[in-house]
Amino acid sequence: MKALLTLRVNGEEREVLVPVHKTLLEVLREDLELTGTKHGCELGECGTCTVLIDGDPVLSCLALPIECQGREIKTVEGMARGSQLHPLQQAFAELGAAQCGYCTPGILLTAEALLDRNPVPTRDEVRHALAGNLCRCTGYTKILDAVELAALRRKGAHAS
Amino acid sequence: MKKEHFSVVGQSLPKIDAWAKVAGETKYADDMILPRMAHGRLLRSPHPHALIKRIDTTRAEALPGVYAVITGHDLPRVKFGILPVSQDEEALCVEKVRMVGDAVAAVAAVDEETAERATELIEVEYEPLRPLMSIEDSLAHPEVRIHEYGDGPNVHKAVSLQFGDVEAAFARADLVREDVFFFEGNTHLPMEQHAAVAHWSADGKLTLWSSTQTPHYVHRLLAKILDLPQAHIRVIAAPVGGGFGGKLDPFAHEIAACKLSQLTGRPVKFTLTREEVFYVHRGRHPVLMWIKTGFTKDGAITGMHFRSWLDGGAYGSYGVASTFYTGALQTVTYKVPVYKFEGARVFTNKPPCGPKRGHGTPQPRFAMECQIDKAARQLGLDPAEMRRQNLAEPFTKTANHLTVTTIGLGECIDRVVEASGWREKFGRLPRGKGIGLACSAYLTGAGTAIYWNDMPHSGVVLRADRSGLVAVLCGATDIGQGSDSILAYLVAEVLGIDPKDVRVHPADTDLTPVDLGSYSSRVTLMAGNAVIQAANRLRERIFEAVAKKLEVEPERLVTRDRRVFVDDDPDRGVSFAQAVVLAESRFGVLAFPGSYAPPRRAGKYKGGGVGPSPCYSYSACVVEVDVDVETGEVKPTEIWVAHDIGRALNPLLVEGQVEGSIYMGLGEVLMEEQVFRKGVHKIPSMLEYKSPTTLETPEIHTILVETDDPEGPFGAKEAGQGPLLPIIPAVANAVHDAVGVRIDKIPISPDKVVKALDLARQGKAPRVGPERLPLFTFPEPRAIESAFGEPAADIAERPFAS
Repeated sequence: MKALLTLRVNGEEREVLVPVHKTLLEVLREDLELTGTKHGCELGECGTCTVLIDGDPVLSCLALPIECQGREIKTVEGMARGSQLHPLQQAFAELGAAQCGYCTPGILLTAEALLDRNPVPTRDEVRHALAGNLCRCTGYTKILDAVELAALRRKGAHAS
Repeated sequence: MKKEHFSVVGQSLPKIDAWAKVAGETKYADDMILPRMAHGRLLRSPHPHALIKRIDTTRAEALPGVYAVITGHDLPRVKFGILPVSQDEEALCVEKVRMVGDAVAAVAAVDEETAERATELIEVEYEPLRPLMSIEDSLAHPEVRIHEYGDGPNVHKAVSLQFGDVEAAFARADLVREDVFFFEGNTHLPMEQHAAVAHWSADGKLTLWSSTQTPHYVHRLLAKILDLPQAHIRVIAAPVGGGFGGKLDPFAHEIAACKLSQLTGRPVKFTLTREEVFYVHRGRHPVLMWIKTGFTKDGAITGMHFRSWLDGGAYGSYGVASTFYTGALQTVTYKVPVYKFEGARVFTNKPPCGPKRGHGTPQPRFAMECQIDKAARQLGLDPAEMRRQNLAEPFTKTANHLTVTTIGLGECIDRVVEASGWREKFGRLPRGKGIGLACSAYLTGAGTAIYWNDMPHSGVVLRADRSGLVAVLCGATDIGQGSDSILAYLVAEVLGIDPKDVRVHPADTDLTPVDLGSYSSRVTLMAGNAVIQAANRLRERIFEAVAKKLEVEPERLVTRDRRVFVDDDPDRGVSFAQAVVLAESRFGVLAFPGSYAPPRRAGKYKGGGVGPSPCYSYSACVVEVDVDVETGEVKPTEIWVAHDIGRALNPLLVEGQVEGSIYMGLGEVLMEEQVFRKGVHKIPSMLEYKSPTTLETPEIHTILVETDDPEGPFGAKEAGQGPLLPIIPAVANAVHDAVGVRIDKIPISPDKVVKALDLARQGKAPRVGPERLPLFTFPEPRAIESAFGEPAADIAERPFAS
């Protein structure tokens, strides 16, 4: 059974005609060609496919688009403002927090949700927020560094 | 070039592909969407060992949306394997399956869901055979044969090498220790599941995009497997979302994609499920080890005898090399005057093991470094000082004929001892807290290719554009380690331009000269030296042309900040782009090759090709742990690692490799296990296969030691694998320091610690580890003279150097 859905993704209204059991991950990647969202297990175990729904991190491999109508979906493609990268993206690039880069979109979005709620988290708070996102390359150290740097920069930008 | 004159080398610059990665722009293989593309699925065996009596695909073919179904009968009947000596695989098994997960049929359909439903409609009749699930099992049942080849029933490879008289060495030792260790298998677990897209175009030519670490080897093997002219096959490496050695073989899904594309006239994509990735495997071998070493009372090693038994799984893969690697690098850290190695790899009905980060060397390094720790305690020596006093000599040969160049291990030990407060802590922390130390070494690139040939291991073509852009065409693949960035930095350094002015193109067998692949920590050194050679050739022409224009001698020119100018008269010069125009006007198209092959140093004995490398990296590691004496949980609290990197071309990227290696080693020593029950993987999911998260990864302090090796590009050695090795024994040694028990079996899971503590309470030997060894007779050893202490010959002399 297919359904015609209207999804609001990265600030744009998008219409899709998709089987109702298709996951948000599949619809984003296959129907909307937003391939920035990756998948590592499609079982809700690795955090790779994380997107934001109304600002909360959600595993898109477990979400059904039919439940996402009328909500604000944000993927990695929606993080930058025009060509201006998000401070998290900037810090991840500068500090080598993305090695193979495959887990990066999910981690960036999880971190964005954290910073929106807690602008200057402690390192332990960052660890807890990212505990559901696996990365096999970095050993997490540079990721933690980058989240902290982005937080400091955002704080500086808000203060000035 | 003096260090202070570098403008790019030594800078912590972002990777050239970092921006695309953080923006989600990087196109991995599964991100490719081509017009009319079909989706493929494999049908895999549910049996660990069975004969295939019948396959009926009729019902699958009749399903609407199915474009084609193939079995092994649709492919040329030829077996293949990554190593020429182990041609034992079929993309789709025809007569027999040897593991759960062996592919027997493949489907191309309109979407993944239809393809999956079609595989369920394929009828396969199996006749189950007795599965052999362990080394003991396989050796005990010679009447059951997994393969018909090898060095004995179910023995893939048995080797025996002797370099000098070890018995005499033991006779003159003050202490001789025999210890037994076991290292459980584990898997790479890359975040990206393998994916490939094949397109057999109307002109009869085939293109394959794949998440592979070795496009060249895939290219070569596809020609054989598909019985096609190699010239009509093009392999393009997609950015790899994590490899660690797991994407180094040709795989069934790649081959099925090619064949199905031919049959359907459509591009065909395959993406493996996470469960399939666990079965495809090729990861860390489970290895049982026996090590006998003689020590003098001051801790010097008089000789070593090492035996390893590898549980190889169902196919050869890189296993012959893995077997030799379990015996190759014991000799390059400390002085080992005489050495004997015996190793055997046994087939079992499990997914094949192969190369994972450190390939075959973390297991023996664990055994050796734990044994040294035990010996130090017994001799009353400080384990750090004992190692420090017995380091191998730089620029000499080892007993097993490996040539060692620079060795920064002494400084590495000093630095971690200093930074960690080792002297104040070792043996002095309260019960439940402990500190451990271990060292290691690793190759900077395998000294021999997997097939013998006289061609370069790395090739580069560098093309300068009139715009001032320089394009690098090289067959190397960036798997996240940043090798493309390293090539850009090296070109920028030599030509005096910005790394942003350099574009590094992905490996494409139509366009890029061969690089053997991203394995054995070879790319920075080998492709790096090749790209420096090409850049020097380009610079020479540019200097000639600019010198003529400026009417100076070319020797007086330098290039920096995108300008070519007279060294002592900087105002006299031209922009780099103008310099390219001058050079192209004079010489024509500016495209220059660079080639690299390692020095030919393979020992003159069978097996001597495994172990040689242009140079070796060294690491020392100290870890502090908390051990919960109630639950047995081991928690590393702080880690110090010092790594001899030769020269850090980009310290930020080197740190990233060191941190990633330490993290991966922590997973191996504490929790990761690739284990089976009745032929089926016990935990083929990312939830149940435990790997460390942000919460289990402690603060890691990385110290870089520079030794400026004459073999490396600007003196650089490897960083991607070596630092994984010492953390494993360092944790085991720290656990002993904390609670006085020896866990000689990896992973050090809480149950083992609790068991050892129970043994201690009962007054028994507080050790958990293997208790017995397999009944196995190794072949008579080849007796080869020890080359220990001989001066290194032919430093930096190598093919294609001029």
